[in-house]
Amino acid sequence: MSSASKIQPVPAADACRAACARLAPLALWGLLLPAIVLLLSACSTVAPPAAVRGTGDLGVVIERADGRVKIVETSGRSVLASVQGLGDLSHASVVFSRDGRYAYVFGRDGGLTKVDLLTASIVGRVVQGGNSIGGAISQDGRIVVAQNYEPGGIKAFNADTLELIADVPASYGSEGKRSKVVGLADLPGNRFIYSLFEAGEIRITDFSDPGKPVTQSFAAGKQPYDALVTPDGRYYIAGLFGEDGLALLDLWQPEKGSRRILSGYGRGEQPLPVFKMPHLRGWAVAGGRAYLPAIGRHEVLVVDMTTWQEVGRIPVKSQPVFVMARPDGREVWVNFAFPDNGWVQVVDTLSQKITTTLQPGRAILHMEFTPRGEEVWLSARDDNRVMVYDTQSHQKRTQFDAASPSGIFFTSRAARMGF
Amino acid sequence: MKLPPVFVHAAVLIGAALVAAYASAAELPDAQRQRELTHMVRQDCGSCHGLTLAGGLGPALTAEALAGKPADSLAATIYAGRPGTPMPPFRGIVSETEVAWIVQQLLRGFPPDGGAAARAN
Repeated sequence: MSSASKIQPVPAADACRAACARLAPLALWGLLLPAIVLLLSACSTVAPPAAVRGTGDLGVVIERADGRVKIVETSGRSVLASVQGLGDLSHASVVFSRDGRYAYVFGRDGGLTKVDLLTASIVGRVVQGGNSIGGAISQDGRIVVAQNYEPGGIKAFNADTLELIADVPASYGSEGKRSKVVGLADLPGNRFIYSLFEAGEIRITDFSDPGKPVTQSFAAGKQPYDALVTPDGRYYIAGLFGEDGLALLDLWQPEKGSRRILSGYGRGEQPLPVFKMPHLRGWAVAGGRAYLPAIGRHEVLVVDMTTWQEVGRIPVKSQPVFVMARPDGREVWVNFAFPDNGWVQVVDTLSQKITTTLQPGRAILHMEFTPRGEEVWLSARDDNRVMVYDTQSHQKRTQFDAASPSGIFFTSRAARMGF
Repeated sequence: MKLPPVFVHAAVLIGAALVAAYASAAELPDAQRQRELTHMVRQDCGSCHGLTLAGGLGPALTAEALAGKPADSLAATIYAGRPGTPMPPFRGIVSETEVAWIVQQLLRGFPPDGGAAARAN
């Protein structure tokens, strides 16, 4: 460096005088040095060691526009950390490892990211498709499956390493077309069930020999848009956009094939515009009845699960999106499509009536109950906040900031089939 | 005094042009509304078409994907929906002028979301 060459050499005597004048006497160093050593060692213990904690009260909140998740805990209702670098999360969903430690985050851009909730770090990431909407994890926790719009199909990954195990295209017809996959759910025996939007089919792929998946097909109906598995894993219900009704498959007797339920629930009336597709995955099964969003009608349909007959319909504010039972089944919470997404309604399942209508914030995109259901967390996208409501009083307990929050997922999902 | 006919014609033409210019300026969404529309397209149309508009259940709406598609058919799709598909009609939510503005922006490459409008209260 040219500047270094400009420094004039200092005569030795001058240098000593200058330095010695600034240095403390030797006796003082005798006191200072041990003190410094003590302080430095104290510093190293000030940084908290990774505290031992359980994972049963953890969860993640998707910050959809920033490719980031917040790691939260529901006991103290606090944000523990943020993890970024997860890609396009505009339609993100999450499943958890069976120990509740790892979150598998499926992004719109086909990204599958494995996040360690305890260390708040990304431990694996693959971009596995072009356009994806979600995934599921196998009964034994060893296989993670992603459902893709583009290229249409499902892909299975090793849950530990995220290595690809199998690619199962959703091909249909004689021209090799591929269908968008919707309504993916796990079934007992490392099987996965899903629906094909364009092909109008339900398929079950068995990964019991992971490298050699075996797939069965069933008729669904016109344009299945999402689906659910009942909590016992017995029934698969696919909602249909293209017709009035839903497809039902009894998974204990799949050889009987699928059947139509709630056929003609629209009563031949002109359907209302659907500005957002309902989500069936947050199933609402309570007291032997399933509560299902109607398509193109501002109603929640109630169906008896022994006869599969309609036993009621509840008029609601707008097009329902999520219809979710509180874990004890006593209440069902409903949110709505644009432009009425600032509203939430609560249905009492004993009287089948709406007991509370709330306006918690702008653009309520998702609701998640705490594991035992004493609270529900709501994301208000356009207010950039998450709100925590008491499910007894229906009053807000607390709130915190989150950037454009969408999905909220708690680790209690790890122990539930179909989540 | 009687004005020469050519003056009358010129006055009428200039007047009509001014009225037309004023009317179209008045119909163009104002800055606040443009921000709302941008947020709506990115976020709410984005629930099917993706935040980046690269597609989802609905097709991609990027400038490349829409290249060569006539503006009036795009506008008709937004305004009246597309029967037989999940694309709903947005009449009642956006005006025809607003649809025209949205189509123009889509064909140019849609602007980034500036966020939701500030809270009224």
